Amino acid sequence: MSILVIAEHDNSELKGATLNTVAAAKEIGGDIDILVAGMDCESVADSASQIPGVSNVLLANKETYKNSLAENLGNLIVELSDGYSHIMAPATTNGKNFMPRVAAKLDVSQISDISAVISDDTFERPIYAGNCIATVQSTDSIKAITVRTTGFDACESSGGSASINSIENDTNAGVSSFVKEEIAESDRPELTAAEVVISGGRGMQNGDNFSLLNGIADKLGAAIGASRAAVDSGFVPNDMQVGQTGKIVAPDLYIAVGISGAIQHLAGMKDSKVIVAINKDEEAPIFSVADYGLVADLFEALPELEAKL
Amino acid sequence: MKVLVPVKRVVDYNVKVRAKSDESGPDLSNAKMAINPFCEIAIEEAVRIKEAGNAEEVIAVSVGDSSSQEQLRTCLALGADRAILIETDEFVEPLGVAKALKEVVSRESPDLIILGKQAIDGDANQTGQMLAAMLDLPQGTFASEVEIQDGAVQVTREIDGGLQTLSLTMPAIITTDLRLNEPRYASLPNIMKAKKKPLEILSSSDLGLDLSPRQNTLKVTPPPERAAGIMVEDIEQLVDKLKNEAKVIT
Repeated sequence: MSILVIAEHDNSELKGATLNTVAAAKEIGGDIDILVAGMDCESVADSASQIPGVSNVLLANKETYKNSLAENLGNLIVELSDGYSHIMAPATTNGKNFMPRVAAKLDVSQISDISAVISDDTFERPIYAGNCIATVQSTDSIKAITVRTTGFDACESSGGSASINSIENDTNAGVSSFVKEEIAESDRPELTAAEVVISGGRGMQNGDNFSLLNGIADKLGAAIGASRAAVDSGFVPNDMQVGQTGKIVAPDLYIAVGISGAIQHLAGMKDSKVIVAINKDEEAPIFSVADYGLVADLFEALPELEAKL
Repeated sequence: MKVLVPVKRVVDYNVKVRAKSDESGPDLSNAKMAINPFCEIAIEEAVRIKEAGNAEEVIAVSVGDSSSQEQLRTCLALGADRAILIETDEFVEPLGVAKALKEVVSRESPDLIILGKQAIDGDANQTGQMLAAMLDLPQGTFASEVEIQDGAVQVTREIDGGLQTLSLTMPAIITTDLRLNEPRYASLPNIMKAKKKPLEILSSSDLGLDLSPRQNTLKVTPPPERAAGIMVEDIEQLVDKLKNEAKVIT
């Protein structure tokens, strides 16, 4: 077996989601290559080559791949697919964007968001917002897979010495172009990589009140998330959304504040190691998944929590 | 301009689905069904594009059994002009759905195809991207803003960490994210009018396509249960538990 993992990166840094994906690839077993496609991304290829257990790093360093346009990247992966039994990427917005194109071009059925590897052709994946776990067996000759990063502990990032091979394929489809990007600048850890996450829901009442979470997040080194209800109400932007249709997180500590616990939200956080819920409604479903529940008015509880930490 | 909107009938988002006790699949008996929420956003966007004078016709299409007519009627009540059902009683994977939609696209030649980013049953997030690849069309997935320009469409996408804006040549494929719009409710007069709008039914076998699944679902099980937690009295006790029992803070 031979596995191609598509690296997640921003042209300067290899993202942690790649390490979770390589970990999943190792559970399948076989040779592992990593594709780094981007522009001026040599440092990413260097990092990828240091992951233990990786045989080759394929470096496609071209303007065509600078912004990870799905059309260009998808075509490149299809060109490189010959000889691979598995093609894998993390189920980030980037992986979700290009992988189905690869699968369709290869005429294979993609296995989305795997949370466990059973064998080289059988995987577990959550369906119905994580209320059911399906065990699915692929009959396709090439398995196109996206990996739920919270399902696999990151592998080691150093100690390996894979060779880096430049590839010259240029698969510019010429149908899409990059206009601009607005990436939120923040000193806080990324939601999906944070060890502690504190999230607010509709109970926060407005966007300004989310600042009540800042001091606590600062003290705990936490990322700040939100429920879909809070996003729908316009309190905070959608990239803070934790849930079925937002980010999937599994930190060591998840603190849910003013979140009732709709199934769509639970789907995004119930694999967290320790869950704390603070809600004034003692009947809120969030308490059913919480390790520690506190029935309290969040406007009194949050300042007190910040002071006690 | 013509806009095609593929939609899916799914279990209502408020229903908590459980696995059947024999692990053969999800238990959907008597579950309330509805149009997939992201598909509803797709229909709304298409209708708004038409209302803004940028499209002449909005066509809703679904792949599923005959009960999907109900969701197509909803689309007609929300402002679609006509609907097409590709009828099949078999379970169809996103790959098969995309193949069936490709046939519809070649018959209808739409300039824009808008789909939901994912269906809340299988949570696969594949169909739009697969259809785009099969047609060699550009895609703007997870859209939070769509702007029709001269011969092109500009799409702002929800990506990890922020927003990305792309310009796509047309025809193009767009998949909707949550914040693209807030779908309207169908008014009673529009629900009545929808009953008279054309709904064409094609059998999947007429299309001559092999839509059989490539994956075998071996079992469907409940997720691992979390052990029951405890209620704490106050913040002081909470902080103490987190420090000394769970040991997740110092």
